[in-house]
Amino acid sequence: MDSLIYLIAAALFLGLLGLIAFLWALKSGQFEDLDGAASRILFDDDEMTSSKPDEKSPED
Amino acid sequence: MAGCLHCGQETPADKAIGDGFCCTGCEAAYNLINGLGLGRYYERRSVDPDAAPLKPDEDAAVIDYSAHVHHTKDGLSALYLMVEGIHCAACVWLIETVLGRTPGVSKARVNMTTRRLTLEWDPQLADANALAASIAQLGYRLVPFDPRMLGVETQKEEKELLRAMAVAGFAAGNVMLLSVSIWAGYTQGMLSVTRDMMHWLSALIVLPAVAYAGVPFFRSAMSALRNRRVNMDVPISLAVILASAMSLFETINHGQHAYFDSAVTLLFFLLIGRYLDRRARGRARSAAEHMLALNAGSATVIDAAGEKHMVPPNQVPMGATVFVATGERITVDGRVFEGTSETDTSLITGETIPQPVSVGSPVFAGTVNLSAPLKIEVTAADEGTLLAEIVRMMEAAEQGRAKYVALADRVARYYAPVVHGLALITFIGWVVFSDLGWQASLLNAIAVLIITCPCALALAVPVVQVIASGRLMRQGILIKTGTALERLAESDWIVFDKTGTLTEGRPELINPDEIGPDILAKAAGLAAASKHPLAKALVRAAPNVAPVAGVQEHPGQGLSLRTDAGETRLGRRDWCGTPTVETDGPEMWFAEPGKDPVQIKFEDRLRVDAPDVLAALKAQGYGVELLSGDREAVVVKAAEGLGIVSFQAQCTPADKRQRLEALANEGRKVVMVGDGLNDAPALAAAHASLSPSSAIDVSQTAADVVFQGQKLSPVLEALAVSKRADRLVKQNFALAFLYNSITIPLAVAGMITPLVAAIAMSSSSIVVIGNSLRLARRRIKSE
Repeated sequence: MDSLIYLIAAALFLGLLGLIAFLWALKSGQFEDLDGAASRILFDDDEMTSSKPDEKSPED
Repeated sequence: MAGCLHCGQETPADKAIGDGFCCTGCEAAYNLINGLGLGRYYERRSVDPDAAPLKPDEDAAVIDYSAHVHHTKDGLSALYLMVEGIHCAACVWLIETVLGRTPGVSKARVNMTTRRLTLEWDPQLADANALAASIAQLGYRLVPFDPRMLGVETQKEEKELLRAMAVAGFAAGNVMLLSVSIWAGYTQGMLSVTRDMMHWLSALIVLPAVAYAGVPFFRSAMSALRNRRVNMDVPISLAVILASAMSLFETINHGQHAYFDSAVTLLFFLLIGRYLDRRARGRARSAAEHMLALNAGSATVIDAAGEKHMVPPNQVPMGATVFVATGERITVDGRVFEGTSETDTSLITGETIPQPVSVGSPVFAGTVNLSAPLKIEVTAADEGTLLAEIVRMMEAAEQGRAKYVALADRVARYYAPVVHGLALITFIGWVVFSDLGWQASLLNAIAVLIITCPCALALAVPVVQVIASGRLMRQGILIKTGTALERLAESDWIVFDKTGTLTEGRPELINPDEIGPDILAKAAGLAAASKHPLAKALVRAAPNVAPVAGVQEHPGQGLSLRTDAGETRLGRRDWCGTPTVETDGPEMWFAEPGKDPVQIKFEDRLRVDAPDVLAALKAQGYGVELLSGDREAVVVKAAEGLGIVSFQAQCTPADKRQRLEALANEGRKVVMVGDGLNDAPALAAAHASLSPSSAIDVSQTAADVVFQGQKLSPVLEALAVSKRADRLVKQNFALAFLYNSITIPLAVAGMITPLVAAIAMSSSSIVVIGNSLRLARRRIKSE
């Protein structure tokens, strides 16, 4: 039974980590352009001279 | 014939420009791209045959981008632009790379979903207009916008819902883990201490989650109650709050049953439905906004010093002088004081023949200046314009429609009292007829509220709407209002406008055989020098003709060319030496020295599929009617061609609205399809309304549905999808009631455990969602 104490705490902690990661991603504009993100992977790196997605998108 | 190397359109054979291009603009764009070493763009892009070709537009209105520059905190300049013409990832890559290689540019990022470009640069190294020009040169059309003004509310709401959904999803997943162990414990003899601990842990997760994720529902329920109404959010909020409160009470008293998982899963499902609903509508709206911004004009005001400024039409002062270039839309009401030209008034009156204007003539906002630049003295600004008058009429009509109550809310109106009454009866019944205490009786009553959970009911409408609007959007039909589909499904009478709705709204040559190819080619050579719509139509009819040098344009008259034999003229009837008589359609005359003038006739042609669409509508039992502002003869001809019996010509905007009101009084549910400014009040007064995307912005705002493309069939498709969606929604309600009729007796009898509640609720939601998905899968037969 003691193991429950650790396991539940660990499960909740990991779940919470996922939630925080999602909220961070949402805040930093990762979901602003889903169509573009799908295509950008196909561009070659050396040709990409524009900057990376910002911490904070101006359209927020 | 090979396509143009840049835009892919047909290339003329005998033009004096570089090999493989259709125009000099495309050649310049191609050279620019290759010059930057970005030739791979052409290998990567996938050209969508339906999209507008990527052809640099030489006629485009000049926009002063420097007026729209923002300044960032780091001392950089920023410009936000909507880009029209992006159709694949290669376009994004091309724009970003071209701008990124320009010295001084620190950020160039295109959002492919919203088609918006964010540009930041060092103001000392680059210039707004030069940067914008380099993109315009590639063939993309740009419109500046202010990010602070645009759909901020919708976006905020969407993000709030997404955050709430994430929290609810996290809580639901974790609580379900704990709940499964509790359910297993029933049969395996879990100790009550362990069970209590599990309950407390669930409470720890669920209570904060409900307090956070439930806010969108609580807020909406509160505002409904404050207005003494009941909407679907009232029973939802009540069920969630009571389930959580009761579970907490049970946990404190070491009870056996806690419904934490039900409360939070319910919330999670409903948030998914609501988020999808908002997103589908938000997307359609932002697409519509996009088109509006592209159409929105500005006025060029000439100040006392003779300098030109671009000013939004609502800020133009009375008495100011406004300059209107050839081909530009007039954005103010006024009187001409310099220049002679013709105006296209089809958006205001439905009239297809250009109207001549000269010094002293009144001109109205919304008309297009055709043949020569005009200077206008503004006589009415803002509230006084004809445009404002029509907008007022439209707003008055719109208030009637605002009273329409969505089906879900109508159901909620009956549903909430019944459910709450049932819970009360359950409570009283248990207290009076059993020896359970009031606490246990209350638990049973709350179980009724939870099990009748409006989960399936609240998903019944939004899921169908999301799928329906997504399906229509793929076909270029944008649903702007939430209840548009419901109102379309109820309709039984369809009123069409003529110009621009049933017809394409632009003249086309109709007698090429009478003219003969030789004369047509000569006339087109002259016409290529003009931006007049009739001249453009002539060029369209003979696309392979090279423009002739030395053509002179005579405003309001026509074009002339000096040749050795004398003067060749293309233009008005009297100018070409033919006596003036009443004409029945737009025409031009072509006169060569020593020969009889030749008549060139034009017609605003019907949309290609208009006869089929109208026949299909009549076959489906819709009443069809035509209301036009155009002249009797033209309207009669169009009506006969389409087999429309009921029509009316020379309608004013007020006539149209009155006719719609008369139809509504007869008990008809009328759909209005129109594009002009004169249709806007009728669009707002109708039970539901559609507007083509070529329509004037006011009409697009007034319409529930905006459709793109050259065809009329979207009207048919929208009606068919709305009918099917309506049937699915009703099926969903039937399923939800069926489910309730089984579970409510169980709940009243006090036989519901958390496990039964969880299974019943999830399965009913899944059945409803599954039923709705049929709309996406099946092709709709024309019924």
